[in-house]
Amino acid sequence: MSQVIDDDPRIIEFDVRTDEMLVNMGPQHPSTHGVLRLVLRTDGEIVSEIEPHIGYLHRCAEKIGENVSARQFIPYTDRMDYLAAMNMNLGWSLAVEKLMGLQVTEKARHLRVLISEFSRIASHLVGMGAYGLDLGTFSPFLYAFREREKILDLFEEACGARLTYSYITVGGLTADLPPGWLARCEAFLDQFEPVIREYHTLLTTNAIFVKRTAGIGVLSPEMAINYGCSGPVLRGSGVDQDMRRDGESIYTAMYDGYAFEVAVMKNGHYPQDHVYPAVPADAVLGDCWHRFFVRMLEVVQSMDLVRQAIDRYSACSGPLGEPVKVAEKLPKGDVYLETECPKGQMGFYLVGDGTAIPWRVRARSSSFSNLSVLAELCHGCLIADVPAIVGSLDIVMGEIDR
Amino acid sequence: MAEYLIQTVGLPEWLAWSLMAGLSAVLILNLMAGGALVFIWAERKVSARIQDRLGPTRTGGSFGWLQSLADGIKLLAKEDLMPAGADGMLFRVAPYVSFCASFAAFIGLPFAFDMVGLRLNVGVFYVVAVLGLEVFGVILAGYASASKWSLFGAMREAAQVVSYEVPLGMCIVVPVMLAGTMDLVTIGEKQAGWFTNWYVFHDPFTFVIFWVYVTCAVASVNRAPFDLAEAESELVAGFHTEYSGLRWSFFFMAEYSSMFLVSGLAAVLFLGGWNGPIPVASLLGLSDGTGDTTGVLVRLVGLGNLLGKATLGVLIMMWIRWTLPRLRIDQVMTTCLKYCTPIAAVMFAGAMTWLWVFPGGVLDIDTGSRRPGEIREGWLDGPGGRGAAAVSTPSSVPNNAAVAEVAE
Repeated sequence: MSQVIDDDPRIIEFDVRTDEMLVNMGPQHPSTHGVLRLVLRTDGEIVSEIEPHIGYLHRCAEKIGENVSARQFIPYTDRMDYLAAMNMNLGWSLAVEKLMGLQVTEKARHLRVLISEFSRIASHLVGMGAYGLDLGTFSPFLYAFREREKILDLFEEACGARLTYSYITVGGLTADLPPGWLARCEAFLDQFEPVIREYHTLLTTNAIFVKRTAGIGVLSPEMAINYGCSGPVLRGSGVDQDMRRDGESIYTAMYDGYAFEVAVMKNGHYPQDHVYPAVPADAVLGDCWHRFFVRMLEVVQSMDLVRQAIDRYSACSGPLGEPVKVAEKLPKGDVYLETECPKGQMGFYLVGDGTAIPWRVRARSSSFSNLSVLAELCHGCLIADVPAIVGSLDIVMGEIDR
Repeated sequence: MAEYLIQTVGLPEWLAWSLMAGLSAVLILNLMAGGALVFIWAERKVSARIQDRLGPTRTGGSFGWLQSLADGIKLLAKEDLMPAGADGMLFRVAPYVSFCASFAAFIGLPFAFDMVGLRLNVGVFYVVAVLGLEVFGVILAGYASASKWSLFGAMREAAQVVSYEVPLGMCIVVPVMLAGTMDLVTIGEKQAGWFTNWYVFHDPFTFVIFWVYVTCAVASVNRAPFDLAEAESELVAGFHTEYSGLRWSFFFMAEYSSMFLVSGLAAVLFLGGWNGPIPVASLLGLSDGTGDTTGVLVRLVGLGNLLGKATLGVLIMMWIRWTLPRLRIDQVMTTCLKYCTPIAAVMFAGAMTWLWVFPGGVLDIDTGSRRPGEIREGWLDGPGGRGAAAVSTPSSVPNNAAVAEVAE
């Protein structure tokens, strides 16, 4: 067994030294979340070096964006983070609206909050379930997907698609909600609330789960900031940042009047931590367990936001507003806007040159930055810890490779 | 039966014995292979129910009970693949080593009183030793596959199974000590009567050691949360990464039959074997002689008891698998070396002391004049003891053919 001496992870003492072996984990490995390829340099079970190779899912999304109009690019954003396509649509739409100086109606604003927070729940459910799978327990994955299916059913009713929605679009949304949707949505939330306790029993508080995640892959706040990590990965390290609160005004204005507390550990406490399972004694701030737990908290937080959005949306009268025309011309100028997607801060940069087609499109992926800490986190860990750490970063290859 | 063939039908002795050996081999092999198929089907249904799914519903009626068979046919029809760099001979041999080890162990496992492929006076030793051979198949498979993931799986299996055999052996020694014999039939027989006679309830130490046995048994057959050798989220598929088709299915069958075997062993050693919780037969005054119909019935009920207990054990293993995450290799080794082994050792010493202080059990009223620590007269001369060993020796010689038969 290895022993990490002092604070320097590069000094590893081996009782038994064997020949080093280069192992390819991926791109067809079951636990690399798609087509990530990791090259592991191992000494027995100990990983001394890890190198991620990406690009297997590269589809030139940014270049395509420079050949289609801003609204035509919406379906391509779906395919970036395909587990939270609504949030991707929102990020791009807001960036274009910022360039055009557009403002959506109140009704559209609340509907956007509703839909994007709902999508966050769906995304975190996949992240949570797949994390269980990475640690070798299959059932929580299916429990998570069972609930996610219900969310997808609701999305399907709203926009006709189950995965790539293109629902939120520049200037509003493609359609209003069908009749009775809000009631079904509320019924789902009421049914879903007790299920979260099930997840806590099976994963968060499970002794083996805690043994596998607590103290593993500790990401210090400084390192998280230096690597540009964001989202639950950043908040799992105790950095209090959430674009919904700290972002640009065009984005934070969307959440005006909404009450929510950023899910981050402050002074050793999570918000309302009497409601949730206690932090295990072995857990260190910034380890896999904390990253996972922040996601679980955000599910509850998003449920609360959805409830608030339902109230506000049903209080709004009047039309939803029409989205902009497909060939609407973009003004000259450039914008960059970051939004808080389930995986982290997703930024879109675009340059308009007076035509309908952007001159330059660039996407800043949160998963990409989150993945970049992998080499540091995995230094000196065991092979079994590699899926645990990769899973806790909750990456989506579609977003990394774009 | 063989005596019947020789004396009544008049067959030559060698032919009668060979016939019977062949018959036992065929029975054990087919029953257990069939059993493995049933357990594979059960695993699918159990996991489906645990996970809010339905599992197979179409193949063979609404319960999908022919699913395993259909899978088997599919596996038979698959292309036989072997990696280019593989060690051909070892690669081919490995699944059969695992399979034979797992199935040959059933020869020594009694299913009911006298219903045993081969009554050995070292039955416990035989079963554990043969089951231990299974690991060779896994190591061979990992080594011969020419795949790094397979090698990782094999090394893990080697480390894990070899370590867990230490506490497992200590757990098994306790019932052997209580019964004073290694003959599984005698061990089962000594637990006849009410369920309080079962060795798991013999004293507090055996109760604890039963749970240690359960842990070690799960680990030694590579089931979750100890399924590190084939940890699919880490090692792709571990030692059988490169296997497909029928060869893979041999590993699969071996896994399920080993599960059944360790559960059956737990039933015989700790849970009264083929004896039900309530001694219905002796309460009703039924005979259990070999000759009459009631004796046969009593044996069949006993068979049902043992299969029921073993199946319960297998179901519990399935339940654990679909509930818990997997441990890490260092945690698995810690569990074994830091917890299971010391606990087993202490419990072994405790059970020994208990036996010395209460030679006939706590409730034994006929100890009478016997002092604590006094060894009973004829302790080793019971059925399966010294005397029985001498009796059973002749039958063990020709039945070696059964072992050879299975091994082929």
